[in-house]
Amino acid sequence: MSDKTINRVAKATPRRLARKVRGLSDRAITWIFVGPTIFLLLAINIFPLIWTINLSFTNFKANRINRAVDYIGLRNYERILTDGDIWLSMQATAHFLFWTIFFQVLIGFTLAWLINRKFKGNDIWTTIIVLPMMLSPAVVGNFWTFLYQPQIGLFNYVVAFFTGADPSSFEMLGSVDLAPWSIVIVDTWMWTPFVMLICLAGLRSIPDYIYEAAEVDRASKLRQFFTITIPMVMPFLMLAVLFRGIENFKMFDLVVQLTGGGPGSTTELASINLKREAFEKWRTGYSSAFAIILFVTVFGLASIYVKALNKVKER
Amino acid sequence: MNKFINGLMRLRRGPWELVATIFIVFGVFMLMQPFVMWAFTYSFIVTLVGTVMFIIVSHFPE
Repeated sequence: MSDKTINRVAKATPRRLARKVRGLSDRAITWIFVGPTIFLLLAINIFPLIWTINLSFTNFKANRINRAVDYIGLRNYERILTDGDIWLSMQATAHFLFWTIFFQVLIGFTLAWLINRKFKGNDIWTTIIVLPMMLSPAVVGNFWTFLYQPQIGLFNYVVAFFTGADPSSFEMLGSVDLAPWSIVIVDTWMWTPFVMLICLAGLRSIPDYIYEAAEVDRASKLRQFFTITIPMVMPFLMLAVLFRGIENFKMFDLVVQLTGGGPGSTTELASINLKREAFEKWRTGYSSAFAIILFVTVFGLASIYVKALNKVKER
Repeated sequence: MNKFINGLMRLRRGPWELVATIFIVFGVFMLMQPFVMWAFTYSFIVTLVGTVMFIIVSHFPE
């Protein structure tokens, strides 16, 4: 009955007044809120991506804006994919990526597991361990350069103390064999706390009653670790690997500060090579094609990874 | 194996995603391996095919 009255009142209300009372529709309000975000996303992410794809088919040079730009088809891609230097930089990136993730996951998870055991001074230790992550990569790169100094660096003395070698007999940043490992060590030192924090969140999310039930079933500590701890921390661990993988694929600042890509080009990661092509040689079209190759690689890997992550979460 | 081939024939998401994943993983390996240059040369096209395939097949029915 009241519903009918409402309808009658609504019908009787003059149209102009009704529009004023009703205000904006839900759809309009949604667009008002979402619109600016979509606009920013298009302007900051999508447009530059499309523009880069467009540039990758040209011989455009950003330092010669007035020069006529020619479309050269797939020639940039062809040159990159037959370039020995780019191939070497991809190998350096693979070495850096694999070992940093391996050590960070191994040490990060171990630290998280130890910190998760309640002991005196637990919070202080967490704060101390997390400190490197809070520093600027430029600062970290700078002071590790001093630590790696063969004459006065502390690192060489520590290694010498344990191995008995002469501290000045090896040079971490200057040696072709050791330089790739020196950047792995610094990145691991800096970003292991990040992996540790994510693993710690995973470990703390496991309810105690699961372990209590396992104790009742007389499951050994080792079995509890492999059947409860590892599977329940796995989504967190995978997330940490995804974040570190993407981040390290485009690692730039730390390595530039430490080795500058040297000696020779042994630590010249893909991002450093890309920067050289784009802003030292000013081959904008070429570097755009290189950027697209890196983008497709990271995008493809991230797609598989997100899929796997969702599957692990569903379990 | 039969189930996998049936899934491919019926355009099901699972098996097609597996094929796309193999393409991507193989492409990335080809890009970063230190053994043969020709693998590096063809790595991008393999990764690209895998990635585009992954985007398309993730809209297939389960």
